[in-house]
Amino acid sequence: MRRGAPYSLRARPSLGAVVLIVTAATTVTGCGGGDGGADAGVIRSSWGDPPNPLEPANINDVQGGKVLDMIFRGLKRYDPRTGEAKNALAERIESSDQRDYTITLKKGRRFANGEKVTAASFVNAWNYGARIDHKQRNAYFFEYIEGYDKVHPASGGAPTAKTLSGLRIKNDRTFTVRLTQKFSTWPKTLGYNAYAPLPRAFFEDHAAWLRKPVGNGPYQVRSYVKGSVMKLRAWDGYPGPDKARNKGVDLRVYTDSNTAYTDLQAGNLDLVDDVPAQQLKFVRSDLGDRYISQPAGIIQTLTFPMYDRAWSSPAKAKVRRGISMAINRAQITERIFQGTRTPATDWTSPVLRRQGGYQPGLCGDACRYDPVRARRLIKAGGGLPGGRMTITYNADSGSHKDWVDAVCNSVNTVLRNDRACVGAPVGTFADYRNKMAGKKMTGPFRAGWQMDYPLIQNFLQPLYYTGASSNDGHFSDTGFDRLVNQANAASADGRAIAGFRDAEKILAERMPAIPLWYQNGSAGYSQRLSEVALNQFSVPVYTQIKVG
Amino acid sequence: MGRYALRRLLQMIPVFIGSTFLIFFMVYALGDPVAALFGDKAPDPATAARIRRDLYLDEPLWRQYAHYMGQIFSGHFGTAFNGQPVTELMASAFPVTLRLTLVAVAFEMALGITLGVLSGLRRGRGLDTSVLLLTLVVVSVPTFVSGTVLQYLFGVSWGWARPSVSPEAPLDELLLPGVVLGLVSLAYTTRLTRTSIVENARADYVRTAVAKGLPRHRIVTRHLLRNSLIPVVTFIGTDIGALMGGAIVTERIFNIHGVGYQLYQGILRQNSPTVVGFVTVLVIVFLLANLLVDLLYAVLDPRIRYA
Amino acid sequence: MPEPFDTRYDMTEAIAPAGGGGLVDPAASGPRSPKGGPRRLTLPWRKEPGGRSGGPAAPTGRGLWTDAWHDLRRNPVFIVSALVILFLVAIAIWPQLIASGNPYHGDLAKAQDGPAPGHPFGYDLQGRDVYTRTVYGARASITVGICATLGAALLGSVLGGLAGYFGGWWDALLSRIADVFFSIPILLGGLVFLSVVTSGSVWPVVGFIVLLGWPQISRIARGSVVTVKEHDYVQAARALGASSGRTLLRHIAPNAVAPVIVVATIALGTYISLEATLSFLGVGLKPPTVSWGIDISSAATQIRNAPHMLLWPAGALSITVLAFIMLGDAVRDALDPKLR
Repeated sequence: MRRGAPYSLRARPSLGAVVLIVTAATTVTGCGGGDGGADAGVIRSSWGDPPNPLEPANINDVQGGKVLDMIFRGLKRYDPRTGEAKNALAERIESSDQRDYTITLKKGRRFANGEKVTAASFVNAWNYGARIDHKQRNAYFFEYIEGYDKVHPASGGAPTAKTLSGLRIKNDRTFTVRLTQKFSTWPKTLGYNAYAPLPRAFFEDHAAWLRKPVGNGPYQVRSYVKGSVMKLRAWDGYPGPDKARNKGVDLRVYTDSNTAYTDLQAGNLDLVDDVPAQQLKFVRSDLGDRYISQPAGIIQTLTFPMYDRAWSSPAKAKVRRGISMAINRAQITERIFQGTRTPATDWTSPVLRRQGGYQPGLCGDACRYDPVRARRLIKAGGGLPGGRMTITYNADSGSHKDWVDAVCNSVNTVLRNDRACVGAPVGTFADYRNKMAGKKMTGPFRAGWQMDYPLIQNFLQPLYYTGASSNDGHFSDTGFDRLVNQANAASADGRAIAGFRDAEKILAERMPAIPLWYQNGSAGYSQRLSEVALNQFSVPVYTQIKVG
Repeated sequence: MGRYALRRLLQMIPVFIGSTFLIFFMVYALGDPVAALFGDKAPDPATAARIRRDLYLDEPLWRQYAHYMGQIFSGHFGTAFNGQPVTELMASAFPVTLRLTLVAVAFEMALGITLGVLSGLRRGRGLDTSVLLLTLVVVSVPTFVSGTVLQYLFGVSWGWARPSVSPEAPLDELLLPGVVLGLVSLAYTTRLTRTSIVENARADYVRTAVAKGLPRHRIVTRHLLRNSLIPVVTFIGTDIGALMGGAIVTERIFNIHGVGYQLYQGILRQNSPTVVGFVTVLVIVFLLANLLVDLLYAVLDPRIRYA
Repeated sequence: MPEPFDTRYDMTEAIAPAGGGGLVDPAASGPRSPKGGPRRLTLPWRKEPGGRSGGPAAPTGRGLWTDAWHDLRRNPVFIVSALVILFLVAIAIWPQLIASGNPYHGDLAKAQDGPAPGHPFGYDLQGRDVYTRTVYGARASITVGICATLGAALLGSVLGGLAGYFGGWWDALLSRIADVFFSIPILLGGLVFLSVVTSGSVWPVVGFIVLLGWPQISRIARGSVVTVKEHDYVQAARALGASSGRTLLRHIAPNAVAPVIVVATIALGTYISLEATLSFLGVGLKPPTVSWGIDISSAATQIRNAPHMLLWPAGALSITVLAFIMLGDAVRDALDPKLR
């Protein structure tokens, strides 16, 4: 056998050329220094760039809400622990008829640029948010205020008024609000970021404000590079009770939560507030007790297209109920989500607590896994329409495929048919939304609801009231609508909540949407941090975090 | 050759018009993007209608395209879905991606050609088999896996590199992502070089060179390799465009906000200014790379002439 | 797998034939390098068509392609790779031959469990048997891989070959069309072309991959033809009045095909993965279709939790690509006139 001296052939010229190219490229493109280190006392936290411009009434996603919660304080604020709506800038909000409200502000509150927070700061901000010319995503939050139809015509055409007629400034610290209908829990919705006050600078030099927003919260924006990092520093002059206990927060944009998690492990990041599902198996050994998982105001459902006779006819109520009973929620939440989701037994969320309207078990047997009864019910209802069903979801965000496949497997096992239920991915979220809006769904589809404010009303009315903004299944029930109206008009909290609960029982009867599970918020943090907690919106309570 | 180059540059004009229209049409065909701007909530119809009107989405396709081209020729590439000008996005994304692509191409050239020459000259031996195995691994293990595993090893276990790339994306931080990005192309360059070497090793000019008694390394690098590079260079020419626009997975793993990421976002959000703007630049890069490759043919093989 | 390139051609190639131990190292007996001493330079120019008798073989009655086929049938590399491919095609058609389980049925209680009796490869995230799914995945993946590669290679070589051979306007037109197609991002193209398709078959996916894959092969073919057409024998054939068709098929194609084969065989593997990317985006194969690509991409995110989910489908993909690379190598050798 020929085994001689090792053959020594090298492609030297090409290697040399490559070195040359790389060196040249380095010189040409210039190399900035990396920014891996941490400033003393500053938290390095993961972030996602908000999809919309950073205006309070334009932010409808968690990541944008995270920033707004740091740089703004509104009339109310939800207690990060209990979720109770407490007065923040409001000294009192009074009404004798649940329709006309008088709001009085606390004294001596300022924006970070020194400007006083007055009644006008709120009224101007709300008028801005409601007016159609500004195309604010949250404009509909002002729809209960009188005059909304004038500044925001349903046709999308030119407004016939510039301001909401229902808002009146009485003096520097007082303004009145007139609603279009009775709405007893309205004051409690005012903790939502769309209701934040805005300084004059916002209106005078809008572009500059967007580059570097100024608010009245415990943090100030120091710098903002879109798509990469926002640096926030504690505002020393903040007069509120929840001053920051750290020097600031650097929000770094990550496009994949796995990368953020890896960076946390490598010590380049202090806080991730979304631990990806595939890391959960080892998260305890990776982080020990520096991992938290706690309930958040998010519920996942399978919603039925109630506009499709094949699913909505009276007989199919049994089928819908049967499908619900065919889903082994306990097993799926354990095996697919590693226990970070809890099987749902009503249509709200545990973060509301019982006094807020959460009622475990309200769904009854229908949310309990029972293969035998499920099979019997589906059969009694005439079987699946056409003998099969699809679960539609959008494939571009989140790992919905895993749980959809698991739900289908669960249904297929119960029905003893491997092809009865299959997932039906849709390429983009926009396409998915358009299919919903165009009533093109032919079977149940995934729906996730993250609450805007911790009220039972927010879990029911926008989703199941006739013609409501997020009623994607187009469910309609006069009994439900009447009970919701009565609850809104109730003068006392307890009566309102009881009313909503009664309405919810109609959902349990008719099952327009199958409750799947309540979602937890999760976070992991580095050894530099202590006292990390999440609020009900699964956002870290930054002001309380201590560094070092 | 000068006239040839000029003619090729002129050919860019129809390609430019053709591809912008095609891409514009394709984004249009995706449907209405407005609903997605409202997140998981159904859009308020009035606001949605107003946004549509402001983005010219209520116009017929040809009017939208005419409007867009008019904007481009006056220097406005439009705005991305989040309100940022597309030119700003391009200015931040292209330099980063260019550096990343340079690293990947340098890697696949240096290692690919070396391994290709070695395995071509020693066909059937251990090294050749190892290179074949490497090819199989690279082809069948998804980039996502090779990327995350290398990221974990280098970034967390050994602490040799940052797992993620900082916003400035200096070249040294791009080494690992560049290697990951270039892995699949490495398989191509290696095997192309190998096959070419095997073929050309029997060519007359190599025999002549040997007969002249030239030193071995000179024969290999000057004569054999030079003529064997044509398919490799062709491949790399086609690959540059693909690497720049298609680094979605790699950019995602290493948190690089480059062209692949912006293009991905633009497509998912159905934002035609972003998609058309980025693809236009990519087409130009691609055409230039092809032109360069064609000119290189003449350098590598003197028999090839361009009129 | 033993060294796959030990063939009888090794004798003519003079490259380390495992079975050619008796041969004198041709380089050693060749001209000394200036530094003297026998060198291990195993470039084959020294050895004239020794191993094969007959020199410029092809008897006039036999065409080059027949001749190639004649060679192929005796090439062990070809036989082994062809057998592997036949086996893969067989299980693609009749997966139940070697797998008795049900690829769709999952028991979530066993999610990601390792090997168990009767389930040698373990379970995936949905508690489905990985072995059964790997076997059943062959059908979609092999169909996509072979058909898309054949389509892209044929279309690409024909258009690229014409562009390279005729040059001028032909070249400008065909190459620029290829450029326009090349500029379509896969994601965008997939969402546009495939989201309108409702059928669950693999053909739209195959068609789409061909549509996006041909420009690359056409560039490679064009580059190769541009080089080969300048070679002396081609010039000679043209000078002797050979028609374009004859020159292209008889003289250029066999000499220009090697890079196309190389790119196509590797592309076969990447096309199988591309199908998974498309499915992942919700526009590829419709559930509950089983394919290696789909299983590989869902295993990818679980690499830390259950590596065995990735190992088997990826291994199957590797073997397929290996078989085709070997086949491509054998075909290339058979077509190489310098070996005659």
